[in-house]
Amino acid sequence: MKLTLKIWRQKDAASKGKMVDYPISGVEGDMSFLEMLDVLNEQLINKGEEPVEFDHDCREGICGTCSLQINGEPHGPDRLVTTCQLHMRKFNDGDTIVIEPFRATAFPVLKDLIVDRSALDRIQQSGGYISVNTSGNTVDANAIPINKHDADEAMDAATCIGCGACVAACKNASAMLFTSAKVSQFALLPQGQIEATERVQNMVRQMDLEGFGNCTNTGACEVECPKGISLENIARMNREYYSASLKG
Amino acid sequence: MGILDSKVPAGPLADKWTNHKNQIDLVNPANKRNIDIIIVGTGLAGGAAAATLAELGYNVKTFCYQDSPRRAHSIAAQGGINAAKNYQGDGDSNYRLFYDTVKGGDYRSREANVYRLAEVSANIIDQCVAQGVPFAREYGGLLDNRSFGGVLVSRTFYAKGQTGQQLLLGAYAAMNRQINRGKIKSYTRHEMMDLVKIDGKARGIIARNLVTGEIERHSAHAVVLATGGYGNVFFLSTNAMGSNVMAAWRAHRKGAFFANPCYTQIHPTCIPVSGDHQSKLTLMSESLRNDGRIWVPKRLEDAQAIREGKLTPLQLKEEDRDYYLERRYPAFGNLVPRDVASRAAKERCDAGFGVNKTGEAVYLDFASAIERYGKEKAMTSGIKNPDKNTITTLGKEVIEAKYGNLFQMYEKIVDENPYETPMMIYPAVHYTMGGLWVDYNLQTTVEGCYAAGEANFSDHGANRLGASALMQGLADGYFVLPYTIGDYLSNDIRTGAIPTDAPEFDAAEKEVKDRLSKLMGGKGLHSVDYYHKKLGKIMWNKCGMARNAKHLNEAIEEISALRADFWENVKIPGDANGMNQELEKAGRVADFLELGELFAKDALNRNESCGGHFREEYQTPEGEALRDDENYRYVAAWEYKGAPKDAVLHKEELVYENIELKTRSYK
Repeated sequence: MKLTLKIWRQKDAASKGKMVDYPISGVEGDMSFLEMLDVLNEQLINKGEEPVEFDHDCREGICGTCSLQINGEPHGPDRLVTTCQLHMRKFNDGDTIVIEPFRATAFPVLKDLIVDRSALDRIQQSGGYISVNTSGNTVDANAIPINKHDADEAMDAATCIGCGACVAACKNASAMLFTSAKVSQFALLPQGQIEATERVQNMVRQMDLEGFGNCTNTGACEVECPKGISLENIARMNREYYSASLKG
Repeated sequence: MGILDSKVPAGPLADKWTNHKNQIDLVNPANKRNIDIIIVGTGLAGGAAAATLAELGYNVKTFCYQDSPRRAHSIAAQGGINAAKNYQGDGDSNYRLFYDTVKGGDYRSREANVYRLAEVSANIIDQCVAQGVPFAREYGGLLDNRSFGGVLVSRTFYAKGQTGQQLLLGAYAAMNRQINRGKIKSYTRHEMMDLVKIDGKARGIIARNLVTGEIERHSAHAVVLATGGYGNVFFLSTNAMGSNVMAAWRAHRKGAFFANPCYTQIHPTCIPVSGDHQSKLTLMSESLRNDGRIWVPKRLEDAQAIREGKLTPLQLKEEDRDYYLERRYPAFGNLVPRDVASRAAKERCDAGFGVNKTGEAVYLDFASAIERYGKEKAMTSGIKNPDKNTITTLGKEVIEAKYGNLFQMYEKIVDENPYETPMMIYPAVHYTMGGLWVDYNLQTTVEGCYAAGEANFSDHGANRLGASALMQGLADGYFVLPYTIGDYLSNDIRTGAIPTDAPEFDAAEKEVKDRLSKLMGGKGLHSVDYYHKKLGKIMWNKCGMARNAKHLNEAIEEISALRADFWENVKIPGDANGMNQELEKAGRVADFLELGELFAKDALNRNESCGGHFREEYQTPEGEALRDDENYRYVAAWEYKGAPKDAVLHKEELVYENIELKTRSYK
């Protein structure tokens, strides 16, 4: 396959960026999208040019490090995959592919396609935990029986990989899907009930402080989420938030 | 051998840890506030240790090269975590978990450490459930278990195929709680470049800020390295792209002995290599071996026809298939330990029975499981005399519920539907049992420098059993280090903050800066990946699943020459003052080029076959591993002396008082 890549290049956070065209040939369908970029980078290095920097690590779709807005979609055209698991067989010979970083006020670009997503960490730090000491001196695990349906639903919410695709997909750059996934996981489990009020209030407050937008129910986040995190989580978070407001 | 004191406490095996905890020194809460601890790596071991030490009151600084602690590669563990809970009532106990682990490790691990691991395993599950980790449950609301390779009980707890993710997010949440309290300061996108020793003790690190390129000094009273394994020395592995040995290797150069580097686990069920562009390999959880049957064609001509695309696996009749694991190991069948399963796959493929284009793949077939589950599901759904289609449809539903995410991952990568045609798998480098030598307290041979999780060597011997890595990481981090490090730090309550303007910091910083300039100053002939791939090829071909003296000697020469070439000719674009991923890779590959040579030297020294280390010269007539307990029942711990070939061997004799050494048999 021969392709034309249009890639966002930006030296550092302070510099202005621009789109640059790169032709590439010899792309095979079995390559992952990032392996295709590896090939490009190897060529750039051999020509004495600076390679395109992008975030990636596990390359098996679970660490949440890779990002990329590909032809306007976070993680590209395939569904339920991250960029590292997107394969070039999804593209055709002669295609032009536009590659940009995830765009959001709360995600400043650090270099080329790399953005700073530490705002997501700060949301988790504000309340995404259960305050038990990690000494191991708790009750026996089976002393807390949990309905299988609730446990499965909590697990579904907990599979969020924190990549930020939901934010990049949203016209308001909202982090509601991300935040609600953690709120939901704990709202569905008995262990999470004790701190439920403070948790949802603190996490929503931090989300707003970071400059993420509001949710207007377009559902783009759910469509683009590589892990299929459901919009129901946002509804559940809203419910938690209102009931927390009533409790004060 | 005076240096290698394992410090295993006296007394009966089952009482050692309790007695030890009762006797070690504690630090009072007011003094903990004046003590700083650096933790490098935020996976299960590092994250758990950071959370617990901060909760106890110490000031903790964590460092990770990723953009968030949540991205550490523990997250990719799929199948599960072992614990001797005996919830299934199938005869499990601390002793049995201990026994299975020592046997699975081919009698090359330290008894007391392994027993402690088994002893605290049950606590891990309690702890994680209290933290809200959503483990799989049965309809009655209690926790579910599955079985894993190399054992005869069901002791593995799991969260779908994402157990590592859920456990890591649990540890990450516990860290977040402490970050929110101000007790942990988390440094992300930071890489440890060197260990700083003052008066013989680890007192800090030099780190590079990967965003700004700044070289920073950080001091502490103790340094914990929880930086994972070194599987990426093979270039292709199931490790994350960034996984590296730099922190451990820097500590090794500063006096920490490196133990058993040749013990590497090659995992049997990975997606085969598809081409030269390949950047990493993807694991298919071992849990698939619970239901999948592994086979190759019985006849060479069939294998050839399949490779040429003239025959499909579905056309091959039952009697023309060789279920070689069931044939060779009737007692354990497809659930033999990983090293045994991997070697058996290599043996069949080397003999010409491989089933993909490259001849390096075997089938993992779910057809029997689909039929078995389909019949069962039909019965419980009240369908009498179900037809074949109904059975298949119902069976696929059951398989999807169990392994859906893995099947989806396979289909995305290989572009074949594993519900219809058997999966193709081949072994790949996955985990390294070797690592920094540590005593019972997890302290390395550098005072005040500790190693936890995959970064140390202690618990898995020559082969790790499935679902034991998560167990070890969390055990070390949550339950072991917090005690043992306190014992060491009780001597530091009057020390006060360690100044970062000490001459030792100056010297270490200069060394780091010189090294970076040297890397940037290469002549610029070849990229970093060029060297990394070459190193990987040497390692895979000569230090891989089967090794021999001739190949290992060649590997030592070739790696040494490649290293010289690298330092002379590597090409790194850009500069060191700012974000530069090529420079990051170069530093890591430079250390792999040293470790690789030590790896080969260690493999050459060990004239026996044990666990993941298989020497072709030492095997039974049936091709099984031949251990030599008389001469090699020891941990090989290497002391740095300049070039890896000059490393000096120190031995820790392994003493087995509670377990009888036997030839491992899974027949």
